[in-house]
Amino acid sequence: MSKYILKRLLMAVLTVFVVATLTFFLMNAVPGGPYEAEKSISPQAKAALEAKFGLDQPLFQQYLTYLKNILHGDFGPSLKQRGRTVIDIILTKFPVSAKVGIISVLVSLIVGIPVGCVAAMNRGKASDSTIIVIATIGIAVPSFVVCSLSMYFFGVKLRWLPTVGLTSWKNYIMPVFSLSFYPTTYIVRLMRSAMLDVLGQDYMRTAKAKGVSRMASLFRHALRNAVLPVVTYLGPMMAYTLTGSFIVEKVFTIPGLGGEFVSSISNRDYMMIMGTTIFLATLMVFINFVVDIVYKFIDPRIKLK
Amino acid sequence: MNKNPLSLQLKAEDFLPASQEEKQGLVVMRDSVSFWKDSLRRLVKNKVAMVSLAVIVIIMFFSFVVPAFYPYSYEQQQKGAENLRPMTYSQAEQERIAAGEKITPHFLGTDKLGRDYAVRIMVGSRISLTVGLVAAGIILIIGALYGSIAAFFGGWVDIIMMRIVDIIYTIPDVLLIVLISIAIRVPLENLANAPGMRWLSTVGPNLVSIFIVFALLYWVGMARIVRSQVLVLRESEYVTAARALGAGNGRIIRKHLLTNCIGTLIVTTTLQIPSSIFTESYLSFLGLGVAVPLPSLGSLASSAINGMNTYPYLLIAPSVLISLIILSFNLFGDGLRDAFDPKLKK
Repeated sequence: MSKYILKRLLMAVLTVFVVATLTFFLMNAVPGGPYEAEKSISPQAKAALEAKFGLDQPLFQQYLTYLKNILHGDFGPSLKQRGRTVIDIILTKFPVSAKVGIISVLVSLIVGIPVGCVAAMNRGKASDSTIIVIATIGIAVPSFVVCSLSMYFFGVKLRWLPTVGLTSWKNYIMPVFSLSFYPTTYIVRLMRSAMLDVLGQDYMRTAKAKGVSRMASLFRHALRNAVLPVVTYLGPMMAYTLTGSFIVEKVFTIPGLGGEFVSSISNRDYMMIMGTTIFLATLMVFINFVVDIVYKFIDPRIKLK
Repeated sequence: MNKNPLSLQLKAEDFLPASQEEKQGLVVMRDSVSFWKDSLRRLVKNKVAMVSLAVIVIIMFFSFVVPAFYPYSYEQQQKGAENLRPMTYSQAEQERIAAGEKITPHFLGTDKLGRDYAVRIMVGSRISLTVGLVAAGIILIIGALYGSIAAFFGGWVDIIMMRIVDIIYTIPDVLLIVLISIAIRVPLENLANAPGMRWLSTVGPNLVSIFIVFALLYWVGMARIVRSQVLVLRESEYVTAARALGAGNGRIIRKHLLTNCIGTLIVTTTLQIPSSIFTESYLSFLGLGVAVPLPSLGSLASSAINGMNTYPYLLIAPSVLISLIILSFNLFGDGLRDAFDPKLKK
């Protein structure tokens, strides 16, 4: 087990390293380099930057300095927001995104798993068909469509929900809905097919023959096995939620990291882009790592390699 | 002659060669059904898949053929025709109609620069479809070759190649697309100014960077699937036979291994189209897609958000269309999968 964890950890570290390297060299391919602000930077700040990142040294030396800085959690100053460092911005903005994201993930799980089960248990009936149709359509609708259409209907047309910011619980409804829409429908499909698979297994018949009640066999035998595919989907779902937050935060003007990233792209705040990319990539890789390990723990049938 | 039925005496006429009719009468086999015919038959029976295919064909017709004949072009700005509602005419157009001229109505109105929205939507879906198809093609070629080479040679070649796949698999794609599109924007703009490269500036560096990223990252899923198929196939007898007859590695991969997992290849490629369209529309919505004035469904929806209170149809039309495109490709892909590999059907 520990060998497996170690191997995974090495892979994760390697991936983060690859991302950091790619980020550095891609940003250095930008004419003028990533440290070049359009105009607004003062000579002192520029001198400080040059000293800090060793810009007078050869590229490889700069790369090493940059890696060292990252390891110390230092992503440099923001080029557009005077006097603030990138890590400072990330640390103030990320909790907002994380809150919306975690709520969305929970909503997808809480809604998706039971609905998928219900569909599987009513296989072929009207309720099952309805759920399948909705889930099939749900997978095809991009998040920006859910975002903008729900904003139009509930925010602008009906005026039920506020459209901007995150001041009350009502503000969370639409962003969470938009972010969890796709994962929920995906989980429903996943859960339904897994559940159908499990319900046809021999041990379910054995349980029934033993006289285990329907509910008990459902929770003790079926659900525990059927939920495994959903666990594997956790990693991709988190990644989806993170990238989905770019759109959602842009549309609903939420002061989170996703919206910040999008505006740093249009502002060409290269330091901010680099920092956020590495931060988010590390986060995603870490989540995937944890999910992988957890999966091996809860499913003993999987052989450890 | 001897009439005894139990006699073993042989009759000479029993040994005459059979006539053509007699031969035909003994053939009990039907015409052999080829893999393609069999799959096609299953596909045609699948109503959902056929309806999706029809929708795809109609959308393709409207996005690739109709704009060429349409009286308006996607970038033509008409003065005085800004922000028209659907089916209404501008002042100038009304006068021309009064003068007896026949004018195509703006089926979806016009945008704030006076461009006909219907044709912009058509061209926008053309971009989406092109991205989907081209990306799927790139992914098919790279993924299939990479996966089959890794599986065919096995051993340390396989290990190294699949470790690379593992790493690429975990790199967050959207982040990398953003980075690459920022990094290659200026070099591509310079390249676009070079003679013979005009098309680059029409398409826009962002779109090119999307293709580059698809080519760099998205083939890994395909490579994994092809690898697992080839791992099974390479143990089969016909590969041994081909080898015994002196076929080289390249020939075996091309003629035997890839042709035998063609069903999987087709299905995976088809299902890759909607996901590429998905990514493209996402990036366009963030402003990282095609260059203005070229529209894409994502960028059309994005720019319609600010005016959604007054002009909701500008938002609803591209949103519904992109969902419809992705849905049809998804359903058609599912149908293909059921047709090519009925065992996979759940």
